Amino acid sequence: MNDHTDKKGVYERFKSFMVRNISLLVVLPSIIFVSVFVYVFIGWTGLVSFSNWNSIAPDLSFNGLQNYIQLFQSFRFQSDIRNMIFFSLLFILGVTLMGQFLAILLEQNIRGKWLFRNIFMFPMAMSFVVTGVAWRWIFNPESGVNIFLQKFGVSPGWYTDTTILPGWSLFKIEFGLPIGLIAVLIAAIWQMTGFSLAMYMAGLSGIPQEVREAALMDGASKWKTYTKVILPQLKPITYGIVLMMLQISLKIFDLVYTMTGSGPNFVTDMPAIYMYEATFKSNFYAEGAAISIVMLFMVMVFVIPYMFRRKEDA
Amino acid sequence: MKLKLIYASSVLLLFVLLLTACGSDESNSANQNDNSDSENNGSGTTELEILSWWTSGGEAEALNAVIDGFGEEEPNIEIVNAAVAGGGGSNSQAVLSSRLQGGEPPAVFQAQGGFDLLRWQEGDYLQSLNDLYEENGWRDVFPETIIDMNTIDGEIYGIPMNVHRNNMIWYNKKIFDDNGIEPPKTFADFFEIADTLQSKGIIPLALGDQNPRWSTLLFEMALLNELGAEDFSALWTGNEDFDTAKIRSAVNTFSRMLDYTNENHSSLDWQDAADLVASDEAAMLIMGDWASGFFMSRDLVANEDFGWVAAPGTEDIFNIVNDSMGYPTGVENAEEAEGFLAYLGSAEAQAEFNQLKGSIPARTDIDVSDFSEYSQSAAEDFKNLELNLSLAGGSPVPAGFLSRVDDAINTFVTQRDPDMLINSLEEAKSLLQE
Repeated sequence: MNDHTDKKGVYERFKSFMVRNISLLVVLPSIIFVSVFVYVFIGWTGLVSFSNWNSIAPDLSFNGLQNYIQLFQSFRFQSDIRNMIFFSLLFILGVTLMGQFLAILLEQNIRGKWLFRNIFMFPMAMSFVVTGVAWRWIFNPESGVNIFLQKFGVSPGWYTDTTILPGWSLFKIEFGLPIGLIAVLIAAIWQMTGFSLAMYMAGLSGIPQEVREAALMDGASKWKTYTKVILPQLKPITYGIVLMMLQISLKIFDLVYTMTGSGPNFVTDMPAIYMYEATFKSNFYAEGAAISIVMLFMVMVFVIPYMFRRKEDA
Repeated sequence: MKLKLIYASSVLLLFVLLLTACGSDESNSANQNDNSDSENNGSGTTELEILSWWTSGGEAEALNAVIDGFGEEEPNIEIVNAAVAGGGGSNSQAVLSSRLQGGEPPAVFQAQGGFDLLRWQEGDYLQSLNDLYEENGWRDVFPETIIDMNTIDGEIYGIPMNVHRNNMIWYNKKIFDDNGIEPPKTFADFFEIADTLQSKGIIPLALGDQNPRWSTLLFEMALLNELGAEDFSALWTGNEDFDTAKIRSAVNTFSRMLDYTNENHSSLDWQDAADLVASDEAAMLIMGDWASGFFMSRDLVANEDFGWVAAPGTEDIFNIVNDSMGYPTGVENAEEAEGFLAYLGSAEAQAEFNQLKGSIPARTDIDVSDFSEYSQSAAEDFKNLELNLSLAGGSPVPAGFLSRVDDAINTFVTQRDPDMLINSLEEAKSLLQE
């Protein structure tokens, strides 16, 4: 009898433990896997980045900051950082503005709205690798879009253009917007606008009709309604898009690698491309690891404050 | 109390999971090997994998021909073609490096002869092939230079499959004939011709350097012309100075060559550049002799539509690019794998492979009378000329040094700053001395 109640007590306690901690138990497997396959390996990469491992044979002897110093002194990496900054800024700007613009257009209940919506969203369904190859030929200065543009007497060099505007001299490089990046930006913005369009359309449909009507009743023009009433309400959505696009742009590899590679004078090179080539082509494992860690820090520097800000706003 | 126990045991479980996840590498691969063994026993055939980047056109045909040829001899061994496309071999090398490090090597893999192959030995991933060389009498049929480049401390680690020559100018015969131009012998001739052609609106020199390696090849030609084979290869010992009058003069020649190239060179690959010559838009192309295969695939006739001549000042040099096969440690079914390696070095396999690939056999005892007109002349040159390992072919220098050179060349093509190029070479020199 006693035994029985004891067993029952254990069962009851187990049950209540499960109930109280169900959320922990459900996420436990992913916590384990994420901690091993993400954080342990980040730690490992960090360790390698301070080592002498710059050939096939693993050599984990401590090398201090040497890999990082060499990296930041190299022309290629300085170019990569410049490209990354301009690419991220313009890419995010382009994607949010285009998405907003198209979402508002589609909201006007034009005929064939579903068709346009699908056309605009379709690129997002394709792989960067596929579109990269296609854009490479579209922007090839001797073929593609230039054949059409030549009729108007212009033939830009697109990604073969090595001009950097305004080209201030900074460390080893010229600082400014590499004109060659514009072709890559057009491709990237074209591809990811579908994402922001979908987000903005969802956002717009969540704004009650009464709010607009009220604004119109109060005598606001259509333009004013959008700029003063509707767009401010889309702010959280913009935050979401910026966050998503930021981590895409900071890590971008496939589109650029297949479209232009490093480009002449490294005008379209990105840290991820340098990392891949350093690690797998040259077997500079420690240097490759150092590039990864720098990329990780860049994502952290930009993304973490953003996430906190978003929390406060929401 | 009991709650704590449950909590403690779940923490323990987590820890155990962590440990097994970390330590599972070896047991996993062992399991997989067991599996493949039992599969082998079941079907009665043994599988061997060959890893390469021979994936396009003639290369893929050549590889398949060898695989089929071996299949006829040894029907119980199935050769699995594990080729990886792209990146000029670097994607395949990425796969190779993770497979070697993970303890799951392919039976045989492709590498470029010399440093590119031997670097794997730094991690003790290669098996010596000395016994195979003795058994098959290969020391007598492969030239010494080719054997030496795959040798460390008397141990040979590679079987050379093919030989390409990459100090060649390929020219459009029609353009040359129409303008009454003879192929250049010196760089003075070359620039004179280039001026004439440019004034007529023809691109003198086609270049496709989306992969900067093809600009590096132009620089290599200028260096070879200036230094000759001996001093050229001495550079790669790491004991020579890069800031010399001769090298500066070579940099200058290289820079002048760039002035005569097509404007969109950075958007093209070498095939696109060869296409400019094939379609009468450009007159010359400096490229390895795989270009002859490209021209023939365009139905151009050798010595009628396209011609060839050694790059200026290098007519006595055969600048070698070579693929060699490596044999990793820890290969399952070693006996069968060695049988396949022996076949790869056989006269039969080398003849068939090279005829399809458009290269010439690394063996010098093969009858090439069935080969293309160009290949026959190249095979003759291979026997008679001074052999030199090509920088752009990756044989004489570590991969890390070569990629630093490529980076420096990529910058130079735009900036044309000789000091910057020479400084970069000097900085990279430490990579040669290891």
